[in-house]
Amino acid sequence: MDILNALVAFLNFVFIPAAAYGAQLALGALGVTLIYAILRFSNFAHGDTMAFGTAITILVTWGLQSLGVSLGPLPTALLALPVGIAATALLVLGIDRSVYRFYRAQKAAPIIFVMASVGVMFVMNGLTRLLIGVDEQRFDDGARFLIGVRDFREWTGLSEGLALRSTQALTLVVTVVTCAALFWFLNRTKSGKAMRAYSDNEDLALLSGIDPERVVRLTWIIAAALMTIAGVLYGLDKSFRPFNYFQILLPIFAAAIVGGLGNPIGAIAGGFLVAFSEVAVTYPWVKVAGYLFPGWQPGGLLQLLGTEYKFAVSFVILIVVLLFRPTGLFRGKSV
Amino acid sequence: MKKLLLATAAGALLAGAASAEDVKLGTSFGFTGPLESMAPPMQNGVTLAAKEVTDSGLLLDGSTVSVVQGDSTCIDAAAASATVERLITAEKVRGIIGGMCSGETIASLQNVAVPNGVVMISPSATSPALSTIDDQGLFFRTSPSDARQGEVMADIILEKGIKSVAVTYTNNDYGKGLADSFAAAFTAKGGTVTVNSAHDDGKADYSAEVAALAAAGGDALVVAGYVDQGGSGIVRGALDSGAFETFVFPDGMVNDTLVSNFGSEIEGSFGQNPAAEGEGRDKFVELAKAAGFDGTATYAGESYDAAALILLSMAAAGSSDPAVYKDKVMDVANAPGEKILPGELGKALQILKDGGDVDYVGATAVELVGEGESAGVYRQIEIKDGKMEVVGFR
Repeated sequence: MDILNALVAFLNFVFIPAAAYGAQLALGALGVTLIYAILRFSNFAHGDTMAFGTAITILVTWGLQSLGVSLGPLPTALLALPVGIAATALLVLGIDRSVYRFYRAQKAAPIIFVMASVGVMFVMNGLTRLLIGVDEQRFDDGARFLIGVRDFREWTGLSEGLALRSTQALTLVVTVVTCAALFWFLNRTKSGKAMRAYSDNEDLALLSGIDPERVVRLTWIIAAALMTIAGVLYGLDKSFRPFNYFQILLPIFAAAIVGGLGNPIGAIAGGFLVAFSEVAVTYPWVKVAGYLFPGWQPGGLLQLLGTEYKFAVSFVILIVVLLFRPTGLFRGKSV
Repeated sequence: MKKLLLATAAGALLAGAASAEDVKLGTSFGFTGPLESMAPPMQNGVTLAAKEVTDSGLLLDGSTVSVVQGDSTCIDAAAASATVERLITAEKVRGIIGGMCSGETIASLQNVAVPNGVVMISPSATSPALSTIDDQGLFFRTSPSDARQGEVMADIILEKGIKSVAVTYTNNDYGKGLADSFAAAFTAKGGTVTVNSAHDDGKADYSAEVAALAAAGGDALVVAGYVDQGGSGIVRGALDSGAFETFVFPDGMVNDTLVSNFGSEIEGSFGQNPAAEGEGRDKFVELAKAAGFDGTATYAGESYDAAALILLSMAAAGSSDPAVYKDKVMDVANAPGEKILPGELGKALQILKDGGDVDYVGATAVELVGEGESAGVYRQIEIKDGKMEVVGFR
């Protein structure tokens, strides 16, 4: 019984939150890594583009809700998501045309792209705030829980409860579907192969008749889809506030770099690694330990770091990886 | 410099002695920020008192009162100081009702109000630190210090038969002051505080903080936070993960937003906020209703009282100069004298004009003690059937 209680406490407070958070980071990191692989720069505007896509989705969701449209137990935001993706894709294509294409034609150094993306980040920042404001917005509807705490306690008779929010389950399902679709696209379709070829060797790809502008456009559209999906899932599961999307940039980059920039599998693995480290390092293990070793009364909370230091964990992982394995765990392109 | 100050003071005196003027009062409330849903009723309270005095035509030979609104943001001390600076230097206000939150109040008082010699009466800054601050007699508050709220909260919790609680507080002067004074009082009365940890406002996700609180355990969770901010995030996280079912809400959490956020999910939770009972309060609620706002809102009555105290002190001193009327605030607020309820400001002004003495009672049974802060009456609330109910006063 005690071992089961320990397991449930672990699932409830560590595994489920970290898995959902990891999936959101993984989707974000996939977008970063894709842009890095093909356009060859780290896109600092990533977080704020996520916020923009989510803001559009929220506005459409509200519109649908006022029309009385709903998906039953699923959040209405899923219906609005395609509109959000389309709007974000149009925006990033416009930005590419007006900003990045110029530097591409100049064959500018990657650092110039990065700096340009910082500028884009500030513009997006303001754009999102103009659009929806700075406040916290909630747009989740439908059923809140797949498994509620009280129900779980009644079913099992355990003293620990387990909650699985529908948004957490939805996050995991959508992430799996999105990743499967992305890998299928990259490995099986002609356009996907063209993108990989362009990523491996730009000149060879040009020689074999691949249209670089088309590859760039495709990349932005896919990245926009990934960013909007990641942003909407994060907003549904937690809450939407533009500033938080700026802050999430750090763990997303940590995830992409840990996995190896430019390597999609690495991005996914990195996302989960960062999320699990963040949660596990700041979780007080005293309760779980109490169930596993009933005789033991530890003095403290068995918490490695206070929760205020959550973001520091991403920093530490980032530094350690850059020191000992600069190309990341899955051998991406060197940074 | 000294000469210049003297000259300024003399100038101000002359100006103050002049008959019928437009007395400007400034408000410094957090119209944006973590308590933004509480600020509008507070502003309405101030406006109500100002209008009442203007309409009576009895203040300093028929002076009128106008209110200049300022945004203190509640959390940004620099922004609050700039706001108060603007009120004093550009708008030339004669007194300030504010600030709203403890941290910004301390900053704007020390940096701006005291150097400029302007009276500040805060309706809602409750940090114990403000009791001992060097204010040169310029700072008062119509709310009690949180040292008192800590005691009251500890009593309420123990009376409910709850012996061990976890405490989380918003990471600022207000939260820390309240959490520490509560923890001290609760422990002294025989309770156990399993953990006393901070949370930062404005995060998307509080599952890590909630996990830490859950691991420490306790029969209830004391949320010394803000309802428009992390406080609600913590409660949401605790409910979702089943970490706590009973919550204790101090003043920063007690308002209608709490009920609309959680409703029946927090059934049986309880809390308290400063609000007096009795005739004064009923009268104020009536007046507020006639003026079109909710007089039961947290700190609305305190705001009315703060404005009324400034204006009555001016009348008692026969001058709108802060350096002169600051000495009258305690006299006006406390016995002896005729008791003054909300809506009777005109009567009070007449008494003062005739050389009499008043004891301002107001909406919140004002009784200033110590360095000029309210003795404190708290309203105990409980969530029953998804609604907030007042169950008593203490």
